[in-house]
Amino acid sequence: MEFAELIKTPRADNVVLHRPFYLAVEGTLCLTGHHLIFSSRRQDNAEELWLLHSNIDSIEKRFVGSLGTIIIKCKDLRIIQLDIPGMEECLNIASSIEALSTLDSVTLMYPFFYRPMFEIIEDGWRSFLPDQEFELLSSVTDEWRLSCINKEFSVCPSYPPVVIVPKSIDDEALRKVAMFRHGSRFPVLSYYHKKNGMVMMRSSQPLTGTNGRRCKEDEKLINATLRPGKRGYIIDTRSLNVAQQARAKGGGFEQEAHYPQWRRIHKCIERCESLIKLVEACNDQSHNMDRWLSKLEASNWLTHIKEILTAACLAAQCIDREGASVLVHGTEGTDSTLQVTSLAQIILDPRCRTIRGFESLVVREWLQAGHPFQQRCAQSAYSNSKQKWEAPVFLLFLDCVWQILRQFPCSFEFNEQFLIMLFEHAYASQFGTFLGNNENERSKLKLLQKTMSLWSWVNRSEELCKFQNPLFEANSLVIWPSVAPQSLQLWEGVFLRWNRPSKFLDEAHEEMISIIKYNKELQAKVNALRRQLAEMETDDRMQENL
Amino acid sequence: LEFILTTRQEQVKLLDRFSTSNKSLTGTLYLTATHLLFIDSSQRETWILHHHIAAVEKLPLTTSGCPLVIQCKNFRIVHFVVPRERDCHDIYNSLLQLSRTAKYEELYAFSYNPKQNESEQVKGWQLIDLAEEYKRMGVPNSNWQLSDANRDYKICETYPKELYVPRTASKPIIVGSSKFRSKGRFPVLSYYHKNKEAAICRCSQPLSGFSARCLEDEHMLQAISKANPSNRYMYVMDTRPKLNAMANRAAGKGYENEDNYSNIRFQFVGIENIHVMRSSLQKLLEVSGTKGLSVNDFLSGLENSGWLRHIKAVLDAAVFLVKAIAVESASVLVHCSDGWDRTSQVCSLGALLLDSYYRTIRGFMTFLISNLNWFQSVHGIFFRCCQLDGDPKEISPVFTQFLESVWNLTEQFPQAFEYNEAFLLQIHEHVHSCQFGNFLGNCQKEREELKLKEKTYSLWPFLLDEQKRYQNPLYNPDFSPELTLLEPNTVSFNFKFWRNMYHQFDRSMHPRQSVFNLIMNMSEQNKQLEQDIKELEAKIKQRNGQSDAFSVKEHQQPAHPAPLALKTPPCFKKEQPLIPVNDAVRTIEGSNAADNRYSEFVSEFSKAEPAVVSLEYGVARMTC
Repeated sequence: MEFAELIKTPRADNVVLHRPFYLAVEGTLCLTGHHLIFSSRRQDNAEELWLLHSNIDSIEKRFVGSLGTIIIKCKDLRIIQLDIPGMEECLNIASSIEALSTLDSVTLMYPFFYRPMFEIIEDGWRSFLPDQEFELLSSVTDEWRLSCINKEFSVCPSYPPVVIVPKSIDDEALRKVAMFRHGSRFPVLSYYHKKNGMVMMRSSQPLTGTNGRRCKEDEKLINATLRPGKRGYIIDTRSLNVAQQARAKGGGFEQEAHYPQWRRIHKCIERCESLIKLVEACNDQSHNMDRWLSKLEASNWLTHIKEILTAACLAAQCIDREGASVLVHGTEGTDSTLQVTSLAQIILDPRCRTIRGFESLVVREWLQAGHPFQQRCAQSAYSNSKQKWEAPVFLLFLDCVWQILRQFPCSFEFNEQFLIMLFEHAYASQFGTFLGNNENERSKLKLLQKTMSLWSWVNRSEELCKFQNPLFEANSLVIWPSVAPQSLQLWEGVFLRWNRPSKFLDEAHEEMISIIKYNKELQAKVNALRRQLAEMETDDRMQENL
Repeated sequence: LEFILTTRQEQVKLLDRFSTSNKSLTGTLYLTATHLLFIDSSQRETWILHHHIAAVEKLPLTTSGCPLVIQCKNFRIVHFVVPRERDCHDIYNSLLQLSRTAKYEELYAFSYNPKQNESEQVKGWQLIDLAEEYKRMGVPNSNWQLSDANRDYKICETYPKELYVPRTASKPIIVGSSKFRSKGRFPVLSYYHKNKEAAICRCSQPLSGFSARCLEDEHMLQAISKANPSNRYMYVMDTRPKLNAMANRAAGKGYENEDNYSNIRFQFVGIENIHVMRSSLQKLLEVSGTKGLSVNDFLSGLENSGWLRHIKAVLDAAVFLVKAIAVESASVLVHCSDGWDRTSQVCSLGALLLDSYYRTIRGFMTFLISNLNWFQSVHGIFFRCCQLDGDPKEISPVFTQFLESVWNLTEQFPQAFEYNEAFLLQIHEHVHSCQFGNFLGNCQKEREELKLKEKTYSLWPFLLDEQKRYQNPLYNPDFSPELTLLEPNTVSFNFKFWRNMYHQFDRSMHPRQSVFNLIMNMSEQNKQLEQDIKELEAKIKQRNGQSDAFSVKEHQQPAHPAPLALKTPPCFKKEQPLIPVNDAVRTIEGSNAADNRYSEFVSEFSKAEPAVVSLEYGVARMTC
């Protein structure tokens, strides 16, 4: 397919761009296969806006006489308006945008066409390999092994080719366990807590069905992670009710009788449908206080944040305070399960609070673990045609990280911008990292060969410096966030980003950074002078001695 | 002291307010003449001033003992369990007596002795000169003059002696106008805007009923509008909801009829009365104090309480006032019913938005003093905060609301204010503490009768002494160069629940690391480092002797803000450590299990914040 066929009017002049809190700008609009480009014609202060078509969530058109107006709502929640003279031009442009922003085939997406303008120092596709992760693990314990059972994605389509499992369980047993778990997602290692050797595993629900089917190998597998005489916890991210109902459809939960050493805790994380309502509430400036608060409440967004954080804290608590191993699963084990396992690691493991560590966490617990990014992030808050598989699971996770970051602002190497950047790239990107639903699809798409990794771009010092938290001071402790409603806040950086002028807040932030910088300079200078003085004193003493 | 039936009680448990599993600390409870003190087994102290106690409640006996809940005006709530009921009853009765003072002389301020000598005490009271403040504002001038009409508090008891009125307002006009105003509170100057030549004036509602009018009052308003050469129209803002104002007409009060007054524009702004505000805060506290609160209950509780709606209404009114002055150069007359509460809030916030001086520490103090001495005497701080045992219907969180509005502004304009949140909290604390004489008495007349300046101490010198704690490290004095005017955005989502006020003592709900404290400490440290550099350079220069031109040159280099050239590699020796954070201090409240729905162990995080001097609110400040 040629993009040119979809672009009947590639260029329109005298277009006026409206954005909230900016003056309207007149300029030229161009459409390319992947971008909408607006450029003001002013010589002195040329402004350019590049928008990926894949970032466009929905568009609306309106006409007043022959002046057409297109309102573009983006997946990063921004809304812009273009006034285009000429009915035909406007209609053409609108239909082109509509077609180009909803391309069916992944291989037509921008990452397959993007050619980087920067020098690649480190190939992000090879930055976070399972082998490296396992090497780290084997330096502290030898109870685990790397299994290649899923090499051809033949056992579990949503798992990566290699997974970490208990050493005492052979591949044959794994095959049997896979048959017993939803989508074949058998329990695998998610996190090893060095402090006390406890582990966190994740899986999908067991297929016990109504007649209480059991699987000896499954029991053996998860029991293999227990210390003698110790108990473990199974955290089911569904309510007991939902878990019981799942039995009718062949799913279910671990029965006490068959898993006597495990205590099951149900921590309900409901599927989140509330992003649309939340964004609607945030975008309406005319709400009076009561309406705003009741809309915020009705969106349930912060309730979800609290549920997820609470479950993650519980998992972390079981591991760190109770000294018990934990298995986390919901139904499929690709959504709420991953929210819990990844957040628990941020709470427990200082490494996950560094930039590289967090990237590695996203790779391990989201990309390789088979979170269906392509399905979940196909649309964001403005789309009319919401499919049932779309859900802001990853955004919720990032929001939870932001909540912890706010409570421990000095314990993270990255800043809020880093999280916002990940949100943007998960929904629309020039990089291939978030394409596909699992490693299987990614390898079929040959992303490694045909696209660039987000990490290749982020991990260059030019970019990294934007994402570094100047307050960072490595903190090796477990960090326990407060989940009281009074402690949780709306993530303004994402949800109010386009709805209010941020000049004063930005300037204050800059001032803060300059104070920190100045402090570092002064410290260095004092040190240098002290040393100079000390050297002089030593010299003097030596001369005296002579 | 005769009220104290028991001075010491052992084996008392202090329960965690938010714990669902009754987690507690055991310790000893002491009652002194002024404070309640609890020392737990790890020697952490919790001090509560008797004047801060808003309510004491004895709950039904449980198996572990008799529960005693103490609610404080600074929103601290402590929950004790006393082993024996009789002891609990004794403590309860003692506290009831101690927290309800019937006479002024028994207030803490009259016994508090901060080891100042007499001249320091006098100096403290003279720290801020109001005449100077009016000079700064630009009055008296050709249009405004000081009136001695109220010299003996004859015209209006609740007004101070010195009042500024338009030059054209003669004494008969003043007298006539005051007779037509509720409680005799005739229009007087509250703030004068030099550049716009416009004034904020205040008064109480007119006694207009359904049709009454008063020529002198009409002249008075005309005099105000004529005193403004840039705009002959003036606004009259009635800060009440229209319905309330209309209801007042039946009682012979009411609002100005636009037909009777020339050149006025009349406007209602709809701020609710003190009774609504009081119950709103009550509801807010009920919600925020709930154990195991869900997000939706919190948000709907916040909505139902209406608290943020009221804060927004107050700020919206102030924005309206400021626009009239800044955009139209029009003078504004503000009133509500008696011109005490809503009027004070709106006038004060208006001045704060217009004048950057009030955003400095000294300026804010001046601001509070002028508002106390002149008008807000009547601000009724005294009654509204109920320092004496009085009518509970007269208590209202007007002042808390004012501070919260200011806090909201500091959140929107992080660089516009010299003072920080701790400053606002500290003032709130002392408005209720009765430790200093500043906030006692209801009007200038009463204050003079109480001889506060001789018998008590002023708070301001103490705050100035500790100024470092209250400084905003991000403050930029050149902020907002145009007119020094702040234009806040009052879209609903900009108003947030003030956690640091209402959960000031519930440390577990706060961020465990405070960026603000860190930056504050760093900018303090920067000053020290600049000093160190100077000294070190001087020493080096000395060693090198006069002949070494190089170091002389370097010495002359300005330290700030030019980036320093670094010739030597980084640290060969670790910096001398800063004062480490004392963890016992951090967790003084003893209620640090965060949220028990996931954990009872959340107090785990105990790492000292790197290089931070603890500047916690609520810590050990009762001992100052």
